[in-house]
Amino acid sequence: MEGELAHIGAGLAAIGSGAAAIGVGNVAGNFLAGALRNPSAAAGQTATLFIGIAFAEALGIFSFLVALLLMFAV
Amino acid sequence: MATEAQGAEEGGLVFHPMDQFIVEPFIGDGIVSWYTVTNATFWTALAVLAVFALLVLGTSKRAIIPTRMQSVAELAYGFVYKMVEDICGKEGVKYFPYIMTLFMFIVSANFLGLLPTAFTPTSHFAVTVVLAMAVFLTVTILGFVKNGTAFLGLFWVSSAPLALRPVLAIIELISYFVRPVSHSIRLAGNVMAGHAVIKVFAGFAALTLVSPVAILGITAMYGLEVLVSFIQAYVFTILTCVYLKDALHPGH
Repeated sequence: MEGELAHIGAGLAAIGSGAAAIGVGNVAGNFLAGALRNPSAAAGQTATLFIGIAFAEALGIFSFLVALLLMFAV
Repeated sequence: MATEAQGAEEGGLVFHPMDQFIVEPFIGDGIVSWYTVTNATFWTALAVLAVFALLVLGTSKRAIIPTRMQSVAELAYGFVYKMVEDICGKEGVKYFPYIMTLFMFIVSANFLGLLPTAFTPTSHFAVTVVLAMAVFLTVTILGFVKNGTAFLGLFWVSSAPLALRPVLAIIELISYFVRPVSHSIRLAGNVMAGHAVIKVFAGFAALTLVSPVAILGITAMYGLEVLVSFIQAYVFTILTCVYLKDALHPGH
């Protein structure tokens, strides 16, 4: 029974991945909105874009970590 | 791709999508000890050899008009060099060899892992955690060596109101120690998930009704994986640069 509950928990933790997807979409979308307003400044900011995406993704990674722990460690 | 799967003999393409990540001896079978040459060892060595071939053999002629291989090597060098210089500044260039090593290893391991029946070293947490911990320890030690106790100013946000600073210090401390976790799991998680998705589509390819869709899906996912392989190596490298910048200039 406990193992089954852990699997349900892992599935619930996967919701966090969707939340991270929203965050990454927000970052990329806002970057594009800004880049289309001032395309000449966009090229210099791609590194910032990827850093922002990486940080937004980091929180999703923790939910993935929780799912992994529930699947294989609990 | 499916023939190497463990459950293939059960008839049809019945296999587990995670079977591709099993570490097993490269020749024959038996137990895996620390000295056993496994598929992980083989593909890691192949990745290192690929980097050697590209960067050492590719540029050995030093032609004025570069060959294709030399062009790729020069592009890779310039790409990483510019990234280090842009983010870390002039002082960061001293650590360029380390960052170049990381980037070239990850990118070649990722790309070699995309070959059918290949094993991807970077899909294992054991590999990426070592890479991330090495970066974390390097950067932390470097920060203390370069700045002494002033490195702790990284956690004491002097631009914030005084009452908020202890709270921010705790948050900054947690986020600092969580860095190697997210740094490593981002790479391994992305690579592993992509490969597993391709295998799941491959499982559907056995059903005649959906096989055209499944094969289209595999093709599309494969294209995405080529992109992800490069982007994840880029993200790993750029985050290393950001952490290095924090160690060199801890003031906000």
